[in-house]
Amino acid sequence: MTAVLEVSDVKKSFGGIKAVDGVSFDVQEGEILGLIGPNGCGKSTLFNCILGQLTPTGGEVKVDGKVVTGLRPSELNRLGVSRTFQLLQVFPKLSVRENLILAGQEHQGNMMSRLLGPSDAGLSAAADQMIGFFKLDHLATEAAGGLSYGQQKLLDAAMAFMGGPRLVLLDEPAGGVNLTMLGDLKERLAAINREKRATFVVIEHNMEFVMSLCTRVMVMAEGKLLAMGTPSEVRANPAVIEAYLGH
Amino acid sequence: MTATGKYLRIGLGVAVIAALIIVPMNFNRYGLYILSQWAVMTIAAMGLNLTLGYAGQVSLAQGAFVGIGAYAAAIMTTQGGMPLIAALGVAIVLCFAIGWILGYPALRVQHHYLAFVTLAFSTLAFLVFRNEDWLTKGIYGISNIPRPNVMGFATNRPLPFYYFCLGSLGIVSLAMWWLIRSPWGRAFVALRENPVRALSLGIDTRRYTLMAFAIGSALGGVAGTLYAPLTQYIDPVPFNLSLSLDLLMMVIVGGSGFFFGPFLGAMIAVLLPEWLRFTQGYYLMLYAVAVMLLLIYSPTGILGILDRYLTERRTKAASALRAVAKSRLETAP
Repeated sequence: MTAVLEVSDVKKSFGGIKAVDGVSFDVQEGEILGLIGPNGCGKSTLFNCILGQLTPTGGEVKVDGKVVTGLRPSELNRLGVSRTFQLLQVFPKLSVRENLILAGQEHQGNMMSRLLGPSDAGLSAAADQMIGFFKLDHLATEAAGGLSYGQQKLLDAAMAFMGGPRLVLLDEPAGGVNLTMLGDLKERLAAINREKRATFVVIEHNMEFVMSLCTRVMVMAEGKLLAMGTPSEVRANPAVIEAYLGH
Repeated sequence: MTATGKYLRIGLGVAVIAALIIVPMNFNRYGLYILSQWAVMTIAAMGLNLTLGYAGQVSLAQGAFVGIGAYAAAIMTTQGGMPLIAALGVAIVLCFAIGWILGYPALRVQHHYLAFVTLAFSTLAFLVFRNEDWLTKGIYGISNIPRPNVMGFATNRPLPFYYFCLGSLGIVSLAMWWLIRSPWGRAFVALRENPVRALSLGIDTRRYTLMAFAIGSALGGVAGTLYAPLTQYIDPVPFNLSLSLDLLMMVIVGGSGFFFGPFLGAMIAVLLPEWLRFTQGYYLMLYAVAVMLLLIYSPTGILGILDRYLTERRTKAASALRAVAKSRLETAP
């Protein structure tokens, strides 16, 4: 197995606050790594540092062995790193299909071919396949803003896969999603992981979701890595129980 | 969309185009002048609609680009004796380049801050038009601007020149239609609605922002190269800040981010004052009040009203369908 993502000693401070304080970990190809920890422990900041939304104060991030620290999010995305956000981030005025085409179009051709080529950038079929995969068929031409919250969450996740990413970072994909849809989402993510060998890092507070989906779980507290291991190891770790899970 | 709706739309489009060609044949010189002005201002407003309406970047400098295009046309065709098409090429390249540079502040500042940056540029351009006598003849302006020969046809008379403007508008409209339906158009909308998410989807927001400014400004330049032979005399006054504000109003009143917004907005801004002339001294006041009322009633402009109506109807139709489906479920054994 090769490491898709290598994070070494990443630090990020805002003024005097050390939001991320020297975190190192690797993610192997095909793995689903869960990232848990109490609110404010630096999970999302760590994501933003990995993805170029924030520039780390120190440390290094490698994707497929290549240093990517300091790259812009759009450049990282074209290298095959994709993400979802904690809050919903679909484009409400575009239809479901348009949202998906938009999510994949910058991976097709170049600026010129995107101007002069077909208006769907050749992605209609791929978008419809993704729509089918996430069971959004009856909604393909609806404006994304008109979908229910759970459906928008599914679309949001689907968009992250349109560029055929190697690595996807999901920030609370289950937040606010009802139980039925949560099962769907988990099953879809597991299927993509199996079929496409896509590697995931998932931030999530829903323990049942994390423990059943992830192959490995890492726990953060106060900007530092607290524990790392299989779901059962982490669940049994006294420090984790103390800081996060509770007795 | 249903097939009937599609044919209805095509029929309406053909009728409007036919009317724009046939009806003005009986117009007098002044009527044709006003209509030509409408076509020219629509082109400039379409450019601003791309920058502001689609890509969401505020600009108060579109009037300056019309000025740059107009001066390029005036100087090249009078002093240089060159054909208008050459001036058009120069105006497009010049405005595209300056628009691109003007886009850089938009990478750092947004909204009203950006408005002020572009406003400063607008003032700068006006000062160049007025003070650089050696190039622009300053406040005396440039007169006797010739009208072009298009494929052997002279457009000196008002009707042929109107057709020239209308044809130009047609070409620009087709190009714009293509652009906003292309992946670029989608990227521009993404830029307006959620730049952070756009960036995370691999969309190079920096490049698209600059492109939105450059293309929008280039269309301002195209409008300018038509404006100069339309009036056949230009001085700096029409290209001051108020033209930029007028163009902004056309975009907002027509419906910012709607393809046909600029057509309607320019029609209202150019034609409505003329229609209200019978009220004599009051027409500008009535015009101002009409614009205020419209924007209170519908901040998304005239096409915003239509859009709301159509969405409501669709929602109603959808919920009616759902109700039918539900009642069937309930009555089923």
